[in-house]
Amino acid sequence: MHETSRLATFHVGSELYGVPVERVQEVIRYQEMTRVPLAPPAVRGLLNLRGQILIAIDLRQRLGLGDDSRGIPSANVVLRTADGLVSLLVDEIGGVVEVDEGAFEAPPPTLRGSRRTLIKGAYKLKDKLLLVLDGDAASEWKVPERVEEA
Amino acid sequence: MHTIKGTCGFFGFSKLEALTHAGEDLLSRLRDGQTPLDSEVIAALLSLVDASRAILASIDKARSEGETDHSALVDRLARLARERAHARRESQLAAHAADASFSGATVEPAETSIRVDVGLLDNLMNLVGELVLARNHFLRLTAREKDRSLVAASQRLNLITRELQEDVMATRLQRIGNVWNKLPRMVRDVAFACGKEVRLDVEGENTELDRSIIEAIKAPLTHLIRNAVDHGIEKPGERAALGKPREGRLQLMAFHENGQVNIEVVDDGAGMDPAKIREKALRAAFISADRAAQMSDREVLDLIFLPGFSTADRVTNISGRGVGMDVVKTSIEKIGGSVDLTTTLGHGTTVRIRIPLTLAIIQALIVSSRGERFAVPLRSLLELIRLEGDEVRTGIEHVGGALVHRLRGNLLPLINLATELELDSSGAPSGRSDGAVNIVVLQAEEHPFGLIVDQIQDTEEIVVKALGKRLRSIPIYAGGTIMGDGKIALILDVGHLARRASVISEQATRAFPLKTALPAPGRAARALLLFRSRDGRRMVLPLSDIARLEEFSRADVEVAGHRPVIQYRGHILPLIFVEELVGQRRGDQERTRSSEIDGADRLQVVVQSAGDRSFGLVVDRILDIVEEPVSIDPVRNLKGVAGAMVIGGRVAEMLDIESLVQAADLGMPGMESDVVALGGASHA
Repeated sequence: MHETSRLATFHVGSELYGVPVERVQEVIRYQEMTRVPLAPPAVRGLLNLRGQILIAIDLRQRLGLGDDSRGIPSANVVLRTADGLVSLLVDEIGGVVEVDEGAFEAPPPTLRGSRRTLIKGAYKLKDKLLLVLDGDAASEWKVPERVEEA
Repeated sequence: MHTIKGTCGFFGFSKLEALTHAGEDLLSRLRDGQTPLDSEVIAALLSLVDASRAILASIDKARSEGETDHSALVDRLARLARERAHARRESQLAAHAADASFSGATVEPAETSIRVDVGLLDNLMNLVGELVLARNHFLRLTAREKDRSLVAASQRLNLITRELQEDVMATRLQRIGNVWNKLPRMVRDVAFACGKEVRLDVEGENTELDRSIIEAIKAPLTHLIRNAVDHGIEKPGERAALGKPREGRLQLMAFHENGQVNIEVVDDGAGMDPAKIREKALRAAFISADRAAQMSDREVLDLIFLPGFSTADRVTNISGRGVGMDVVKTSIEKIGGSVDLTTTLGHGTTVRIRIPLTLAIIQALIVSSRGERFAVPLRSLLELIRLEGDEVRTGIEHVGGALVHRLRGNLLPLINLATELELDSSGAPSGRSDGAVNIVVLQAEEHPFGLIVDQIQDTEEIVVKALGKRLRSIPIYAGGTIMGDGKIALILDVGHLARRASVISEQATRAFPLKTALPAPGRAARALLLFRSRDGRRMVLPLSDIARLEEFSRADVEVAGHRPVIQYRGHILPLIFVEELVGQRRGDQERTRSSEIDGADRLQVVVQSAGDRSFGLVVDRILDIVEEPVSIDPVRNLKGVAGAMVIGGRVAEMLDIESLVQAADLGMPGMESDVVALGGASHA
């Protein structure tokens, strides 16, 4: 008998991602945000969560999936990270999925680039793969050079 | 004391046991009123505390009591307990009387305060902020409402919210006395070390301040008090000769005034002599002779706030008061406060600090550019300018590529917010169809500059919220705030904005960057330090780039990592021999790698701080201070040289500090501006 864990899932592009359900504080629908000039492109803006200012990160951008011509993401997944709350912008919210630890596999060696640091591995579901997102890594970034100069 | 003693006996720590036993004896006699409390007893008790702490620390670290012999202190305590036991009957009676009245006064009603977690208070503050926003929204919705009862309800909501906001803010306040508690001991120690007698009077310790501000003023306040004792108050003998009481008086006061908190540090010491400061400043090459003659006493006093107007006794000996005053000033200004100093020669000095009540709520001007709103802290605002019609064309001029505006005869550098923030100007409306230009005149570290924005909205009280770690790498934002409509506006950090736009350079005091802003016609003259390098060339540096001028003995130069260094104010200062690095053609830098110090016994060193590191330039001789409009002719590809200019009919090379630092490859940790490290006590 394998252990199971529960993942909160969401869609980005054609892929299904998940984070441990206890990391998710809440899900809010997309709302207008305040731009942050000079910030890296993955920072979509700031949003007001009951008086707390959150950074919203465009997960599509972060995963290098390119701009979606269909327009704006539909939801914010508010995640608890080591550095406080952060919001990930996703295309569509999935449900909570209970997965079997035995179905987990590390990412293939051919996974390269920035996604390598973001995807911890995959659960083999019946009809598709559920990719496990590293929430901390997804909300970190390197500051572009020009900002450091300033 | 008794508990420590007992436990020591149990564990066999005999020294600590003896010490605490003697201490307990003395304390119990004090308690019984058999021994009067006087300064000798207090001194002995304080030493007892120190000695016990030392032993405890030693036990903690080395599991033994250490080698220090405390028997002298034990004897002293025992003697005091014995001698004073025969204290006069009257004083005993008086002590009893005082005791009685004391216990009478302290019969307290039930406990009226409770401990609350700070995190909870912060949460409450956030929620109140939210409530304020919700109220604002509600008020706007009901503004056009006809329904009487709804209007009345909204007004009630308004009132209650305001009261709640004030009270919640009050919960975050702390007594300034919390910081002051440690001061009497410090004053005592410093005074003792300097051989002075000082009485500290404290007034207004119940004045309350936001806890974040209390933290921020700790260090500067400590520094000011140290300074006052160390340098302000004279030795008892001198005081007596002047007809002053032998004991110096140091007053510390705090009070509220106009929504701000004032803190005053007043001493009745020697005061400062403007004439002397003027002379020292002149000698230390901070000002030119002409300038010195024009300056009022007031302006002269302000010199001590200049970075590097210094301590090093040889350079300025004005009772050493310059020590780190610049650091005090910058720390206070960082929290939106100001420092002011008045002094009367022979009668003492008063330092007055004004600070805001809270950092959480500030006054800000809301501006917008390309449809984005930003908040600019009002404390940086000087004035607003609006150029219309023809003025737009005539009012904004170009110097090279840089924009300037003539403001009452002076050229005001202009920067465009949209450009600085790289706001895309394409689709978004520029905000003004009439073509008028709005300039917000701001001041960053004494340097005024104009910020061009699309629209100037209102001034508002805003609640400052942190943006979190992830955006800390973009220092141009001081935080965020939530506006009445629930949206977020970013708060601009005016200092960083100016720095980013090169209005001021990384180094706080540079008037304008050499590289980008060549002087405009009519640009004011700059003070330059003219010196001769050890290979006989004439060189100049902007005076504002120079932290200090020092003289070191040749014998003090040491070597670390193949580099000559010198110990300087508790740090390691790398030395650059100017002639080795400057003005060599690229490639022949091996020419003189000797660093051998020949010639004079004394080294003349110009101490620089570039960014976060300091280093010393070794020169042959300081020649002069000149005030010249800087007009540099670029010269060949010379390392470390920005260009050449003519001074006094002869050519001098203007050094380029940045490239010099690069060439020298200073792998040295920088000197930190540490208030305590710069403290006067080190010169005591």
